[in-house]
Amino acid sequence: MTEARYDRAPGDRPSREMQASAPAPLFVYTTGLFLAVLLTATSFWAANTSLLWPGGVALGLAVLAIAQMGVHLVFFLHVTTGPESTNNVLALAFGVLIVFVVVAGSMWIMADMNQNMMMPSAESINLHMQH
Amino acid sequence: MNISVAIDSAPQDALPSASEAGPAPKRIVVAYGFWIFLLSDIVMFSALFASYAVLVHATAGGPTGAQLFNQVTVAIETACLLVSSYTCGLMSLAINSRRYLRTYFGALITFALGAAFLTLEIREFASMIAIGATPERSAFLSAFFTLVGCHGLHVTLGLIWLAVMMVQVAVMGFDATVQRRLLCFSLFWHALDIVWVGLFTVVYLMGVSP
Repeated sequence: MTEARYDRAPGDRPSREMQASAPAPLFVYTTGLFLAVLLTATSFWAANTSLLWPGGVALGLAVLAIAQMGVHLVFFLHVTTGPESTNNVLALAFGVLIVFVVVAGSMWIMADMNQNMMMPSAESINLHMQH
Repeated sequence: MNISVAIDSAPQDALPSASEAGPAPKRIVVAYGFWIFLLSDIVMFSALFASYAVLVHATAGGPTGAQLFNQVTVAIETACLLVSSYTCGLMSLAINSRRYLRTYFGALITFALGAAFLTLEIREFASMIAIGATPERSAFLSAFFTLVGCHGLHVTLGLIWLAVMMVQVAVMGFDATVQRRLLCFSLFWHALDIVWVGLFTVVYLMGVSP
């Protein structure tokens, strides 16, 4: 029993010893490319079509982009749920949390400030003058 | 007393955990450190994305995204970067099996596609600046050039890195050090493609969709 349970280096594929049934590497990359092309093509189609309800296009594009990022992580960077890549996944999860806080927080705060710092319109100034 | 009992009763057939087996191999430590760097790089990009999203309507009477962006160019750029990510993966397979010719070939295609992406992006920037859509024109354009330009700068650095790595492969062969550096390069290149997915969606597609 000399082999230790080391973590897997990010970007390394699961070795054949760890997982005898691992699919062929070329197949993994090609599947990833196929899925990514499919998602990209759908994104470009959704942005240009008039068949969809315009209000939902932005949300759909965001979902497609997140799905494609997942495809890249799984098929190109070989992120798995296995115990040997727990550290990689935890670091990734923390990064995603920070990204979410920065983007969503900034947009929320700035939208709120835009609303509250709006220049008073001409009518409301006149109303104040009359008092 | 209780502690020794606990150790004695531990299952004997379990593999020693990483902490019991001593420090991890250098390949794992280096790649993990680079993984942390990439995540911090993505956090930096998230700040640029956030400022772009806040400033996207602050055009100051200047041109908007819908007037400036050419979807065909963006589609070609996206295809270049996606396929170069794929060939980078094929290159790392060739590196793991220590095949020189396939490694050089994969690196050549990856470099060519990356360079094509960069050329298209520079031409896009040049055409925008030629019609007066400079970074000084509006807050929207400042944020646009910062975000997209920062990604382009990363691609430039990646191309230089790839060229340097091929020289190292030619001079030093598939040394353990060279293999670690190549692993870090492939992580970097795939991460750039992930950033580009967010970029073309937020900047180009949401910018022109009705």
